Amino acid sequence: MSTTDNCHSPNSPDFDDMTDNLKAENEQQVLDAVKSAASDKIALDVRANGSKAGLGRATDIGHVLDVSGLGGVNFYEPAELVLSAGAATGVAEVEDLLADKSQQLAFEPPDLGPLLGGEAGQGTLGGLVACNLAGPRRVKAGAARDHFLGFSAVSGRGEVFKSGGRVVKNVTGFDLSKLMAGSYGTLAVMTELTIKVLPAPEKIRTVLISWAKDGIYDHGGVKAMTDAMASPHEVSGAAHMPAGIAERSSVSYVGDSGRAVTALRVEGPEPSVAHRCEALKNLLGKYGDIEELHTQNSTAFWCDVRDVQCFVENQDRYIWRVSVPPTEGSRVALKILEGRPGEALYDWSGGLIWLALAPAPDACANIVRQHVAAVGGHAMLMRAPADVRARVPVFEPQNGTMADITQRIKEGFDPHGILNPGRMYEGV
Amino acid sequence: MLMPKPDSDVIARREEIIAAMRSIVPGEGVIIDDDELRAYDCDGLMAYRQLPMIVVLPKTTQQVSDVLKYCHDNDVKIVPRGAGTGLSGGALPLADAITLGLGKFNKILETDFENRCVVTQPGVTNLALTQEVEHAGFYYAPDPSSQIACSIGGNVAENSGGVHCLKYGLTTNNVLGAEIVLMNGDIVRIGGKHLDAGGYDVLGVITGSEGLLGVITEVTVRILQKPETAKAVLLGFDSNQKGGDCVAAIIADGIIPGGMEMMDTFAIQAAEEFVHAGYPQDVTALLIVELDGPAPEVEHLIGRVETIARQQNARYVKVSESEDERQKFWSGRKAAFPAVGRLSPDYLCMDGTIPRGQLAYVLTRMEELSEKYGLRVANVFHAGDGNLHPLILFDANVPGELDNAEKFGADILRLCVEVGGVLTGEHGVGIEKRDLMGEMFTEDDMKHQQRLKCAFDPGHLLNPGKVYPILHRCAELGKMHVHNGQLPFPELPRF
Ligand SMILES: Cc1cc2nc3c(=O)[nH]c(=O)nc-3n(C[C@H](O)[C@H](O)[C@H](O)COP(=O)(O)OP(=O)(O)OC[C@H]3O[C@@H](n4cnc5c(N)ncnc54)[C@H](O)[C@@H]3O)c2cc1C
Repeated sequence: MSTTDNCHSPNSPDFDDMTDNLKAENEQQVLDAVKSAASDKIALDVRANGSKAGLGRATDIGHVLDVSGLGGVNFYEPAELVLSAGAATGVAEVEDLLADKSQQLAFEPPDLGPLLGGEAGQGTLGGLVACNLAGPRRVKAGAARDHFLGFSAVSGRGEVFKSGGRVVKNVTGFDLSKLMAGSYGTLAVMTELTIKVLPAPEKIRTVLISWAKDGIYDHGGVKAMTDAMASPHEVSGAAHMPAGIAERSSVSYVGDSGRAVTALRVEGPEPSVAHRCEALKNLLGKYGDIEELHTQNSTAFWCDVRDVQCFVENQDRYIWRVSVPPTEGSRVALKILEGRPGEALYDWSGGLIWLALAPAPDACANIVRQHVAAVGGHAMLMRAPADVRARVPVFEPQNGTMADITQRIKEGFDPHGILNPGRMYEGV
Repeated sequence: MLMPKPDSDVIARREEIIAAMRSIVPGEGVIIDDDELRAYDCDGLMAYRQLPMIVVLPKTTQQVSDVLKYCHDNDVKIVPRGAGTGLSGGALPLADAITLGLGKFNKILETDFENRCVVTQPGVTNLALTQEVEHAGFYYAPDPSSQIACSIGGNVAENSGGVHCLKYGLTTNNVLGAEIVLMNGDIVRIGGKHLDAGGYDVLGVITGSEGLLGVITEVTVRILQKPETAKAVLLGFDSNQKGGDCVAAIIADGIIPGGMEMMDTFAIQAAEEFVHAGYPQDVTALLIVELDGPAPEVEHLIGRVETIARQQNARYVKVSESEDERQKFWSGRKAAFPAVGRLSPDYLCMDGTIPRGQLAYVLTRMEELSEKYGLRVANVFHAGDGNLHPLILFDANVPGELDNAEKFGADILRLCVEVGGVLTGEHGVGIEKRDLMGEMFTEDDMKHQQRLKCAFDPGHLLNPGKVYPILHRCAELGKMHVHNGQLPFPELPRF
């Protein structure tokens, strides 16, 4: 992570005969591109592989700053639990590297490519962190932000800066890593990232509750998950699938039963996993039939949940990602679904609802946001055609002081508003 | 240590400001007598003292908001203060500032076992949170050694850690929501009982902001179920290198212990003399490794740790046989600071973090520095996450020794940065490491951090003089390509 000589560059970008695409291969080129864009006040659509181009407000920026050339692992030190890589390094590449040493990204990065109508396996580390994504293990291990140790970036001011470091315990100065995580590239173009990695579990098992045939078990599922999460059995995934969703599962035991299922995952060394599975079975037996999925089926099941596989197929449906207090999950979802065609998948013990709704001009934003606001939470419109995502606020709209803070942070880092303008909020 | 020059104009308005404060916070919440102010003249970094101009102890968020708004409109500085246990001078008063104590925000507002969280006022102590929920088998995981005294608001402001953070995360990983009051009096609520908040991660940047961005008036933390059991193993080595190698080997084997602490010879001996924890006296490095979780897991992993330790040439291996014995193993580590303190009139506690693999090298270099400065140093070390706490022994009554000890400390922190580490792992920058920030960050790095400050407190009225060695005027920071906006403290103008 070197600071670069700002004055000189061998191949400065030329915006005069600029095509729509500007490709940067290293930090210096990113710097040059951003500097000239800043001085000419040209907005840049910052992207690597574009796997998440459909995430966020739809914007029509025109000029693309292609950073897909910023790949490559700088260092990976398993004993130090740390990895540093260029922003465009593939998440899949990183995961393969880690798997070789029996390690992983503990926040379980989802691959949302297919959900968003694209290919699988295209996501990059920078994109993952910029969108602060996380999978089912969020309930135990946190999100990307919690594993993001440091970075080097070029802000919209055309200046290289870094923050954080390569160690977990670090309170030196403001935690700008948190600011970058989830900022959708609106503040700075990250060039290098350092992340914390953790040992992969030796064994994975899933305790599966199959509910009786017919009937709605969303409330029951949330109740069972709440019980499991309040136990000392270190549940690392808690999801509920209504019958209609379960029947599309790639795990045959789940798909064939025709029943709603609630799944609780435990991970760790063999003796521990066996012990905790037994304990959970005893705890949850009162809710329905209990089955156990072992490592292979468990892995497949949780990949489905993580990548929201159940909503990949019918691409016409609009998708909402709703974060609420876990115990409110089923109440919120069922209220929204009342009299409306759609489905809900519950993750994070009910704290995350994936909603698939039939198309509507406002994507049902009012009704969704009204029910979320009543219990406190956040609703994001994840998938909808671009014209809808241009019209309907994708993120929970901000107002008053919070909107001012957002605006002022944006102005501090990107005063001319050239980095992904409008991707999160209009005018930001 | 240079602090911003007190503003004589503000001090001249003291009576007027006192009257305004009394109209906002009635009764005994406004402290003005020197005798009473003295109780607030320092935090845990006791080498630096300063009487505050006024201390205000509000009871409600509205009062905090009114106080801040008044100060904002009248150009009066604010130093937020929790329990005053901070070790880097973050709550050190300023002669022309109001110290805003959050001690009366001492109520737990809601415990929600089903959603596994607690909503609390910031003045509640860290330990009180755990005590509130332990009857239901829960606890609040981050456990700074000061947990009986320090406030949860202070924990959030410092992003505090503790021995169990290796496995359970720092404060920042355990906070779900907050209410904060900005310098202009605006009240903002962020996050809540849900996990994802959306928008810029304001909660993430408030955590660890050392009172520079806003005053925290409410916090929502997540609580966890207590592990079913815990066992500790004591491991002794005849070199720091071997101790460090064993730490790496345990992690490389895929084990993340609940805690993994290391002590050097000096710390081992001091602790043993003080509390008789049963530590071996013929080892150079002592490791305490704690495994927690369900009994079968703990049994299984303790066995693996023992095997690894023997492979790594541990010359002493002892597994705790009972809860009493486990507590006894920890008693020495927990008493290490006072134990070392007994051997010297004064000591400085440093707090750098290094990549674990550099441990032996750093300890060797530290011994050399110890000789150079003629001051003894004892080391306790959160080995699992590379967080060092060297304790530098000195006598403040010997002229020049404090200065010498601080120079030694600064050299240790430079060494941490040199090997890829950082200036502070959990105690914060405050005033103590303020002037070392340049060792880790470039001007542009720091300017970007300060731009965040400008979004919250453009007038630099909240806790000025802390964390950043040079204050840049926000107007200057806002301009592009400005290089002459540097304002070192001695000439700090009014704005
Ligand atoms: C014996 C001892 C052991 C310690 N062990 C540890 C340890 O193991 N791990 C660790 O991390 N730390 C440790 N500390 C340091 C200290 O206890 C922590 O930093 C603690 O979080 C400070 O809390 P406090 O309430 O005392 O805050 P204070 O010291 O009062 O303030 C600390 C900082 O936070 C700001 N602040 C306080 N409250 C608020 C608020 N409500 N809103 C905005 N800003 C606020 C202040 O302005 C100041 O900058 C130890 C200290 C001592 C004395």
